[in-house]
Amino acid sequence: MSPDRAAAARRRRLIWRGVESAILLLVLFLILFPILWMALTAFKRPVDLFDLTIIFTPTFDNFRTIFAPPWNIGRTLLNSTIVAGLTVLISIPFSTLAAYAFSRFDMRFKHGLFFTILATQFIPAVVVVLPFYLLFRDLGLLDSHLALVIVNLAIVTPFAVWILKGFLDAVPTESEEAALVDGATRLRVILDIVVPMIWPGVLVSAVFCFILTWNEFLFALILTRDEAVTLPVGITRFRTERGDLWELIAAAGILISIPMFLLASVIQRHFVRGMTGGAVK
Amino acid sequence: MRDRRLKYLLILPASLIVLGTTIWPLAVSLVTSFRDWRLTRSLTPGPFIGAEHYLTALTDDPDFANALTVTAIFVAIDVAITVVSALGLALLLRRAGVLHSVTRAVLILPFAVSPALVGISFRFMFNAEMGVFTWLAGAIMPPLQGFVWLAEPTAALLVLVFSDAWRWVPYMTLVVLGGMAALPKEPEEAARIDGATEWQVLRDVTLPALMPVMAVVAILKTVFALKMFDQVVTLTGGGPGQSTVTLAYLVYSIAFRWYDMGYASAVAWILTAMLMGLAVWYTRLVLRKASP
Repeated sequence: MSPDRAAAARRRRLIWRGVESAILLLVLFLILFPILWMALTAFKRPVDLFDLTIIFTPTFDNFRTIFAPPWNIGRTLLNSTIVAGLTVLISIPFSTLAAYAFSRFDMRFKHGLFFTILATQFIPAVVVVLPFYLLFRDLGLLDSHLALVIVNLAIVTPFAVWILKGFLDAVPTESEEAALVDGATRLRVILDIVVPMIWPGVLVSAVFCFILTWNEFLFALILTRDEAVTLPVGITRFRTERGDLWELIAAAGILISIPMFLLASVIQRHFVRGMTGGAVK
Repeated sequence: MRDRRLKYLLILPASLIVLGTTIWPLAVSLVTSFRDWRLTRSLTPGPFIGAEHYLTALTDDPDFANALTVTAIFVAIDVAITVVSALGLALLLRRAGVLHSVTRAVLILPFAVSPALVGISFRFMFNAEMGVFTWLAGAIMPPLQGFVWLAEPTAALLVLVFSDAWRWVPYMTLVVLGGMAALPKEPEEAARIDGATEWQVLRDVTLPALMPVMAVVAILKTVFALKMFDQVVTLTGGGPGQSTVTLAYLVYSIAFRWYDMGYASAVAWILTAMLMGLAVWYTRLVLRKASP
């Protein structure tokens, strides 16, 4: 390569570096700005809302307001925690057992069953909720935690089985087999040997399912009214006849999002597995 | 030996959950879709009327035709933007660098935000008087000053796409990055040694190897775009007019505003049928790689 062409190549690379940095800065801005703007708005007084400045006197009033009557967001926060917590507590143990069977055994209908479980995540929530709405109405279960937990199991369980099977497939089976030869029962082996080995997988699936349930909107919108309202529906309550109370929406939004940011970063590396399962390693 | 029965016991609880929470409601919806049942008239299901609801939807309902068109446009733009941006961004982020690692670290954040909240936030930022994006768009492109985004059918749909892409592009970028990390390095290096330019390596080696991952991204994004509901409620409310009423939102309106359970079930099942088609395609693709 002649010196001229080498210099030209270097210049091109430099220009490309600049373009690349510009693109990444734009991407960072696009990702972070809506979050930061919401965070800023949460500390604004209503009069400052119309100002697009980032310099204002911050106030904690919005957080005080949403925890006080009539909003009582503490109650909503509790509902979300109960619903997401119960859903995970019910789903993860059963999903672990199923994932173990799918990973270790040959069965009749295995393909069909596994396909069915996998395919259910494609079904629109709105078709599932219609019969449940009618059923819960007849049973007097509308607006209850139980109703939300039941329908959320539908969303969460396929993902959990998927994620856990991925972890189980990657674990060697020698120590299991050794324990079985020594006369341990299969259930003991699962509890004492397998679960400790795939503990990260249990954690990842639990966190993933907790986030899904915590953020779930459609079921909560249709099945709750007052008592069992969860946070995503709760924030829509700040859109009143007096107009949208943006500063309160932002404060509540921060409250919903911060715990999920923390949870998502905990399982960051494995987060992708949740949706795609074994499709992308 | 005892495993023979145990293995079925192990999958029983999870199978029952799936059966009870998904298969059962699907079956009930299917049956309901062939009945005349308006909650405003009767609390119990009405008579079977055959495929009448389906005929109405497909031949004689402008609302359905509108929702189908809106959904098709939304899905097409949303999937195209997501696939192209996620691929491009992942290619950029392959390299080491401070900006690169910072960007990689924040990619997870949007997906952790509730879609309903994403919708409300974008409604706030595209607000006519005080929306920061409204202002920003006007500052960059002066003709857009004072433009009321959510009052224009096309613009409102684009804002809806924007809000959805905000949530999904970073996530799908992570998916593509995961796929890239699993690719062997040798073919790219061999091509470079053979004197291929970076562009040729990308076009002839990297991109073809990424096709399976991109197929997963495209199918999954199509599925979630077809199901799109939360942001329609919190961002546009289906408006202006009916310009952002997606199929999922239409089902919701029919069922819980007009209380026509029969017709709502039929429309829901049309949407379900489309998604089932994609599910078959997707699981074939996936099961080939990760057979149970």
